[in-house]
Amino acid sequence: MLSLIGVLLVIVGFVLRINPLLVVTVAALATGLIAGKGPVEVVGMLGHAFVENRYVAIVWLLLPVIGTLERAGLRERAQTIISSLRAATAGRVLLAYLALRQVTSALGLVSLGGHAQMVRPLVAPMAEGAAAARLGALTMAMRHRIRAFAASADNVGFFFGEDIFIAIGSILLMKGFMEQNGIRIEPVQLALWSIPTAVAALLIHGARLLRLDRTLAAAKASEERGADDPA
Amino acid sequence: MIRLEFVYILTGLLAAGVAVVNALDAAHPRRWANATFWGLWAVTFLFGSYLADAATGAIVMAMAIVASTRGVRGGGDSTSEESRQASAARWGNRLFIPALLIPVLALVGTLTLRDVRIGGVALVDPKQVTLVALALATIIALTVAMVMLRPGLATPVREARRLLDQVGWAAVLPQMLAALGAVFAAAGVGKAVSTIATQWLPLGQPVMAVVAYTVGMWLFTIIMGNAFAAFPVMTAGIGLPLIVLKYGGDPVVMCALGMLSGYCGTLMTPMAANYNIVPAALLELPDQYGVIKVQVPTGVALLVVNTMVMAAFVYPR
Repeated sequence: MLSLIGVLLVIVGFVLRINPLLVVTVAALATGLIAGKGPVEVVGMLGHAFVENRYVAIVWLLLPVIGTLERAGLRERAQTIISSLRAATAGRVLLAYLALRQVTSALGLVSLGGHAQMVRPLVAPMAEGAAAARLGALTMAMRHRIRAFAASADNVGFFFGEDIFIAIGSILLMKGFMEQNGIRIEPVQLALWSIPTAVAALLIHGARLLRLDRTLAAAKASEERGADDPA
Repeated sequence: MIRLEFVYILTGLLAAGVAVVNALDAAHPRRWANATFWGLWAVTFLFGSYLADAATGAIVMAMAIVASTRGVRGGGDSTSEESRQASAARWGNRLFIPALLIPVLALVGTLTLRDVRIGGVALVDPKQVTLVALALATIIALTVAMVMLRPGLATPVREARRLLDQVGWAAVLPQMLAALGAVFAAAGVGKAVSTIATQWLPLGQPVMAVVAYTVGMWLFTIIMGNAFAAFPVMTAGIGLPLIVLKYGGDPVVMCALGMLSGYCGTLMTPMAANYNIVPAALLELPDQYGVIKVQVPTGVALLVVNTMVMAAFVYPR
């Protein structure tokens, strides 16, 4: 049970908003020491695992090209295009992206989305542009809310789409684990049983995205009332 | 053969470039903190495969100390709104070409590079095709953007620096959390959690076992930040022995909805930093938990859906 002290440290650190890199380093060192490893060995464990997991940082290779395109006006162009579409609202733009992300993930095309390559340069500016075309100038709070929902559309679409594709890592993990325990299961069956939740995810999160339009309109209206009335 | 090491060297060179641009920027108040942080990170990419584990561990600790004491902060925009608007009007929709080349080429590369052989040797390490394809797609897209826009050779590094400084320490957090997960696994944290779950959760009836399993997957994923880490632990602890073996449930329904319950946890935890904390930094949200907060209602609702679907269909009628 003592090994759970690391988990406790992480929870306390995140709740108190201490710098997460420090929290995670301390939690890793404490967990290793409690498990009876020597100090040098524990630091080595941390270093080894850090180097082994370098692949998760490869997404940052996108920054030079994304930054160069942003400098040339990519985000402004995305906003202009979307604000010329009459029917576009922030919620509808994000609902379309959610559906697209879910369908492409279900077909195994998981690299067609992502926060660095799609959400920051294209999806979030489009949603903000659509809202600004309808409501006029947006407050920073409204912009932040739209952006947070843009990120959520990518996550929900990806998580609840990918399991419908039979060759994805999680399906193979489940199949492999059950096989080790002497139970054979078919990937196609796993994929089929992922569909009800995928539909529920589209309906539930889609409805929340559409409601975002009403929340934004209400925020805009109350802001204008506040501006009219100095008292 | 192109291996992952090639991609690591590219990423290391990028981090080193960002460190140098920071060091040369006399106007930035935190330039040395930033330069130190990205410089140390560059070392782990360029030399990580050769350094002793304890030396890398010391570098990681130094990065955590720099980030928590001095901070890693971004400067302002490199261009004005007006100049970007003017440039957007000039280039129009051609700006989308390099941006959309990245996902399209990454996809094409993933599908085709696996089978490319030169003189009997695979061009790309077959186990790493997806990541190598993404790196190659990025290089091609950058080349196209450079030829098209002709912005000056240092621009990509300077722009990468602007973005990476903005993201700050969050850029390194996913890697740190993956490392923490490995240390947790080696120390037996998973076993301790599943012991607690099986002792404390009510498991006396078939339906209660379903609730314990989906909620357990959700909770364990929140703690570990990764449903893949939770799945073997919770399935060995609750799913297999109770739902399948004791009460005769269908293993397919159990697995599929159990994993999806874990994803509900992924939506709600800072431990899944690359999905939740990194986007908050990338989108310049003032609240590092801003993305998590809008995802919580969806996560809870889908957990209820998963539990109900599993309870309704996992047992034979």
